Amino acid sequence: MIHALTLILACQLAGETLTRLMGWPVPGPVLGMALLFALMLASPRIATLVIPTGEGILRHLSLLFVPAGVGVVGHVQMLGAQGAALLLVLVLSTVLALAIGAGVFVAVARLTGARDDG
Amino acid sequence: MADFTEIWSYLAGDPLIWLAATLIAYVIGDAASSRMGRAAWVNPVLIAVVLLGALLWLSDTSYDTYFEGAQFVHFLLGPATVALAIPLWHQRAAFRRALLPVMAALLAGSLTAVLSALAIGHALGLSPQLLATLAPKSTTAPVALGISQSLGGSPTLTAVLVIVTGIIGALVVTPLMNVLKIRDWRARGFATGVAAHGIGTARALQVHPQAGAFAGIGMALNALLTALLAPWALGLFL
Repeated sequence: MIHALTLILACQLAGETLTRLMGWPVPGPVLGMALLFALMLASPRIATLVIPTGEGILRHLSLLFVPAGVGVVGHVQMLGAQGAALLLVLVLSTVLALAIGAGVFVAVARLTGARDDG
Repeated sequence: MADFTEIWSYLAGDPLIWLAATLIAYVIGDAASSRMGRAAWVNPVLIAVVLLGALLWLSDTSYDTYFEGAQFVHFLLGPATVALAIPLWHQRAAFRRALLPVMAALLAGSLTAVLSALAIGHALGLSPQLLATLAPKSTTAPVALGISQSLGGSPTLTAVLVIVTGIIGALVVTPLMNVLKIRDWRARGFATGVAAHGIGTARALQVHPQAGAFAGIGMALNALLTALLAPWALGLFL
């Protein structure tokens, strides 16, 4: 477990360092994800090493958003008079983005024959 | 024996109590979600947030004090994002086959998320500063804050809008996809990651491993694309 955790943190650290150094508009952990993915592709040993611990962290990914979510409660008054309008925008825009994103995925998958058969 | 107020004043200043409270609130939320068969409207994040918000308000505790304990949980967001490589690795063959739909859905979902927010906000008469704050709302928080700041928005308010967007996405995705009769887990997951970042991804992982893997990559790719698109999109509405 300690090796897996070390590897995950090392990927994050490398990601943070690289985005800052290059001024890329990607968060360090996202680049760290790409890095870990590349390492797992390159070495099955790394993959088997990191999987149990990584899946343990991911099992309760929802939990990790709770502290930031609690911060929102304190800022609800920031929405002010515009609160209702902002909420309406968020609901409509999220529904549209979900529907169009998934719809285009299915349509292009059908057109290109990129079926999911296993 | 020390009386309760003494113990409380000692504990209230200690990170332990708020770390424990965060976990307890989540365990309650997760149990409720599991009891209801992971129904979309029983969202564990939302339940935990409401419980903790009420607790902070009742005990007159500041967010700073709360965060001293909760930061240990918050910190794990970074490593968890890195760990999203794992579901993607499990699905690498499916992902390779789906490269074209992924790219098309990324472009469509990302553009819709930004442009529809700006267009509807503009129609409702929101100020240019609020539009800039709103533009990156589907993007994962660290990127959204950076985009908001560079566009002249308010990063603090963007953080709020990002979280609310994630919760909305997690709440509506299952009923919406069922109504639209979209059953492809790749499509459902990927669109969720693009529209509702990590909170949507957490929901997708709960529902189906393939949806979770595609959500993670959707979130990552959308962070990149929104950073490039948002300045141009905002320009259309100013």
